[in-house]
Amino acid sequence: MTLAVRVIPCLDVDNGRVVKGVNFAHLKDAGDPVELAARYDLAGADELTFLDITASSGNRGTVLDVVRRTAETLFIPLTVGGGIRSVDDVDALLRAGADKISVNTAAILRPSLISEISQRFGNQVLVLSVDARRNTNSPSGFEVTTHGGRESADIDALEWVSQAVQLGVGEILLNSMDADGTKSGFDIEMISKVRKRISVPLIASGGAGKAEHFVAAARAGADALLAASIFHFGEVSIGEVKDSLRSAGITTR
Amino acid sequence: MPNVAILDYGSGNIRSAERALMAAGAEVLITSNHADLLAADGVVLPGVGAFDACVKGLRSVGGDQVIDTRLAGGLPVLAICVGMQILFTSGIEHGITTEGMSQWPGEVTELIAPIVPHMGWNTVETAPSSHLFQGIRDERFYFVHSYAAKTWELPPSERMAPPILTWSHHGERFLAAVENGALSATQFHPEKSGAAGIALLRNWINTLPSSPSRGK
Repeated sequence: MTLAVRVIPCLDVDNGRVVKGVNFAHLKDAGDPVELAARYDLAGADELTFLDITASSGNRGTVLDVVRRTAETLFIPLTVGGGIRSVDDVDALLRAGADKISVNTAAILRPSLISEISQRFGNQVLVLSVDARRNTNSPSGFEVTTHGGRESADIDALEWVSQAVQLGVGEILLNSMDADGTKSGFDIEMISKVRKRISVPLIASGGAGKAEHFVAAARAGADALLAASIFHFGEVSIGEVKDSLRSAGITTR
Repeated sequence: MPNVAILDYGSGNIRSAERALMAAGAEVLITSNHADLLAADGVVLPGVGAFDACVKGLRSVGGDQVIDTRLAGGLPVLAICVGMQILFTSGIEHGITTEGMSQWPGEVTELIAPIVPHMGWNTVETAPSSHLFQGIRDERFYFVHSYAAKTWELPPSERMAPPILTWSHHGERFLAAVENGALSATQFHPEKSGAAGIALLRNWINTLPSSPSRGK
């Protein structure tokens, strides 16, 4: 019995609509997160992630509505991230039907948010999303960034994930800001360094361009593999990724 | 249509359990009302988060008594995840022992594995006689937990049908599901386990005796 390596599509949701087009055949509405979630479930996704990029905090209700409607039809785990700053935000999302939530900048600004959330809901609901990039001046060679990789947070990436696990995160979502958008593969060195440092599940993200890239990331120790645009644009299907993983002897669902 | 009540004691996301049970063919009510819980064909006991918080929450709505009463009358109960864990005698989290419901003897302890929580889709090892896993023996189910019951300590009895035990493995062997008369439990989340999970819930719903008031 071996745990399957998870393949996770990520949808960016703005004001209740999916941004970045999704290229599934016969979609009634390519911007409807609920319809897309159901399609990815059918396509064999092991989990689904919504990243809420709604800029205005006054429109936070839109993501709750999306989560609520998605939970009606989705029977695989749903993680929601973006703009979560308090235990109350988490409570509202879990009540709406999210299974896990991910925090990023708010936890950098106030690390105690991690312990507050995990003490209330358990560490299994809490994913720490880390936007990291290479920086030779950082002790591990990798640093944490904010603002979509544009600014340094002046924190070493490996130090940060260790601290976050101590504080109570149950899973790490590691985004390589160097690899993101390049489609030239995941940052394998960063994945294996983080894997060696932490004992909670690790989701690798950033750089996926073809099915073989997922194999390399799984071999480097990622428990789950997340991608957005290559799935949305139909460049690689979840089925193809799983076929490649299986051919390489890696267990999938 | 069989009716299932989800015992509401403030534990996490019960919305997906509601939807999954509906998809599996049940009429679903979310309640902590004792009369409703006793009248339902089946009761689902959910549970996420900490062992002690779940025990406290359940006791605060008298849910432990309702479960006792149902089981004394042979009425089915299905417990999920931490809902399953709190059925045992006790749980140890962060070095603190909390008393459970003691429906089954045994202790729930931390999983010893290189990576914890055990999060994701895993296989199970089930007995041929299992009702819950009929037709879905080889499927994977979604687990997310750091603690588990690793031994089955109920002494065998010649007078009782032997409990059907299903095991899984993550670092070490642990109980993935138990079918013991009217009381069933799964460590994984059937409501998050896609089509296999719905099939398991349907298998359970199919075992529910129909209520006399429901008629034909």
